[in-house]
Amino acid sequence: MGRQLLINDLDKEGIATLPGYKAHGGYVALEKALKMKPEEVVSEVQKSGLRGRGGAGFPTGMKWSFIAKPPGVPRYLVCNADESEPGTFKDRYLMQRKPHVLIEGMIISSFALGANVSYIYIRGEMMYQFHILEKAIQEAYDAGYLGKNILGTGYDLDLYVHCGAGAYICGEETGLIESLEGKRGNPRIKPPFPAVKGVWQCPTVVNNVETLAAVVPIINMTGDEYAKIGIGKSTGTKLISASGHINKPGVYEIELGVPVEEFLYSDQYCGGIRNGKKLKAVVAGGSSVPILPGEKLLKTPKGEPRLMSYESLSEGGFGEGTMLGSGGFIVMDEDTSVVKNLWNFTRFYHHESCGQCSPCREGTGWMEKILHKFLDGHATMADIDLLWDIQSKIDGRTICPLGDAASWPVASAIRHFRSEFEEYVKNGENMRDIQHYYRVNNLQPA
Amino acid sequence: MPKVTIDGISIEVPEGTSILNAARMIGGEIVPPAMCYYTKLETSGGYCRTCMVKVVKGSEKDPRPMPKLVASCRQPVMDGMEVQNITSPEVVEARAGVVEFLLMNHPLDCPICDQAGECNLQDLGYEHGKDGTRYEFQRREFEKKDIGDKIQLHMTRCILCYRCVKVADQLCPSRVHGVMNRGDVSEISTYIEKAIDNEMSGNMIDVCPVGALTDKTFRFKSRVWFTKPVEAHRNCTKCSGNVRLWFKGEDVLRVTGRKDQWGEVKEFICNECRYDKKNVSDWVIEQPTHVDRHSVISQNHYENLKQMKLDTQRLKAKLPEKKTNGNTK
Repeated sequence: MGRQLLINDLDKEGIATLPGYKAHGGYVALEKALKMKPEEVVSEVQKSGLRGRGGAGFPTGMKWSFIAKPPGVPRYLVCNADESEPGTFKDRYLMQRKPHVLIEGMIISSFALGANVSYIYIRGEMMYQFHILEKAIQEAYDAGYLGKNILGTGYDLDLYVHCGAGAYICGEETGLIESLEGKRGNPRIKPPFPAVKGVWQCPTVVNNVETLAAVVPIINMTGDEYAKIGIGKSTGTKLISASGHINKPGVYEIELGVPVEEFLYSDQYCGGIRNGKKLKAVVAGGSSVPILPGEKLLKTPKGEPRLMSYESLSEGGFGEGTMLGSGGFIVMDEDTSVVKNLWNFTRFYHHESCGQCSPCREGTGWMEKILHKFLDGHATMADIDLLWDIQSKIDGRTICPLGDAASWPVASAIRHFRSEFEEYVKNGENMRDIQHYYRVNNLQPA
Repeated sequence: MPKVTIDGISIEVPEGTSILNAARMIGGEIVPPAMCYYTKLETSGGYCRTCMVKVVKGSEKDPRPMPKLVASCRQPVMDGMEVQNITSPEVVEARAGVVEFLLMNHPLDCPICDQAGECNLQDLGYEHGKDGTRYEFQRREFEKKDIGDKIQLHMTRCILCYRCVKVADQLCPSRVHGVMNRGDVSEISTYIEKAIDNEMSGNMIDVCPVGALTDKTFRFKSRVWFTKPVEAHRNCTKCSGNVRLWFKGEDVLRVTGRKDQWGEVKEFICNECRYDKKNVSDWVIEQPTHVDRHSVISQNHYENLKQMKLDTQRLKAKLPEKKTNGNTK
């Protein structure tokens, strides 16, 4: 098993509390960072090559260096803990088991950015984790890691946890900012970007939980050392939430660059497909990324084994590749219906669309209804093309990436599994899933 | 001043101008349609996606094209920017797609809608849409609601352009009017069904691009193309008092703000002028309103009427005697 930097000591006693965390090397990085200059911390993160763990994979150091610094205007750091992507559950796990690593990472990052107020925007459904964080923050205040004059350095920081109301769209950074300000969580039109005008029109950086937590090992081991882990531009470790038809579902921390085959079949990680079945398809990075058939996931178009890294997974573009995304690794065995799975994803995007711009508002609902027609056995061949046409009219035409995220799964499912859609059309009524029918119509089976 | 080229036509515009406004300065066919953008309302625009254009050259400094189509109403121009609107098949196709999305859940009850004839969505559908729809499912429906005693909200027709929300935010002091729910069931509503009680609230009717917000003092009185618009003014303490009166015969059927060639109100008017002053004696009449010949309202006017008579005569002459008997007396 490769190196673990974030979840290595979860089995230690009391790691969720401040004394337990400190006993295992906690808040050492903070003391080290506060002795450095803010620019040095930023340059360490730049050297580490850390990329955003929330899905887009944007270099974190670069994001921090973009923040506008007009004199007299406060700057803010916001932690995006609105993890709601189907298939992704790593941030929740980390916050629940080791809240102090996030808090420590946030203090270091706020110090690097020069923010005196920071927020953790947590999803409404994660009430349990919300209370854990509140308690941990109180502990940090009592120990002098938060508040006025942290560790006698003269740096002040207030950290607040803000609870959202449970909307996927508030995980988009500008939607999150609107929601944090107390408004309806509609994403803003960019430009201006949050780095220029974010929370209350002040420069803001929004980072994922795992990104901010990763700052702690970076400071501990220096950026250069961190950059040695991983492969190419994908440096460091990444939390992967593995789910679906595998023997050992759960959250795994991998060094980026582990071969997909090893991750899927080795006993250290997923442990192979459940019940000795064959692999059919994998959604490699949360529901928003393109679905890939098993053979295309294990081998790149060039015939090389595919690795768990940002570059390798996206090799072959959208036609033959996928994305690492937020690390929600959903595995489907040979018995799974891709059409039904797609209906479920599309239903999610229909439900979560904010309704601001028309292609996403109307298109997601339309796609869901057409997919429902497939499952109901009334679809025609023309519906496959119609579905393709609708997704192409949503992709890239919306304000925020939710429209893209809704269209990519549809596009990739049709691209790779068209025969399965045709099967639903030909076999019609025989393919109808009675359980599904009962569920969507709120009926009880007789 | 930055110089921008739209569909091969160059123009120099002030710093910070949006692509849409630059196109409007050029005028003509190349102006992208806009359903949600409103010059007088801050932060409006960007929602409907009908004004999308393709930027093939970002600027003189950074000549890379923009990867996606951009909403021209919110994208400021850069020096040396090159934009394609009607010359790009991708834009035309995307716009047709947006029109389809907008009409998908629209009831198409134009025959009984007060907005018909001056509806932006009708124009958009004719100019940029395709015939027919591929949508075969039930359209969404809402109950009709009253917002105050003078405005009726017919949410089923709404395309969620957010213009009325911006009016309520920016012209009215307290914020009671907004959007509820999300996705394709989101609806315009007021806070706990509260009536909007404000001097300027009537402007919501003017900014609504479809028939979702209608003037209850005018509902079902007449089709708009049977009324004649004239410009008029009065001394009003609350607003500028510059309005447009819509006559049928000698009666003033409704009062609205004056709209410019892009269908945007020039000056917002107060509710007293709009609802309570419906006598000719209240107003000083200036001149008949110039009506654009393409507008449906022009059907009730000069040349087109003559042309229609000529057409009918020609048609009569062509048709066999028997068939015309029943139709034309």
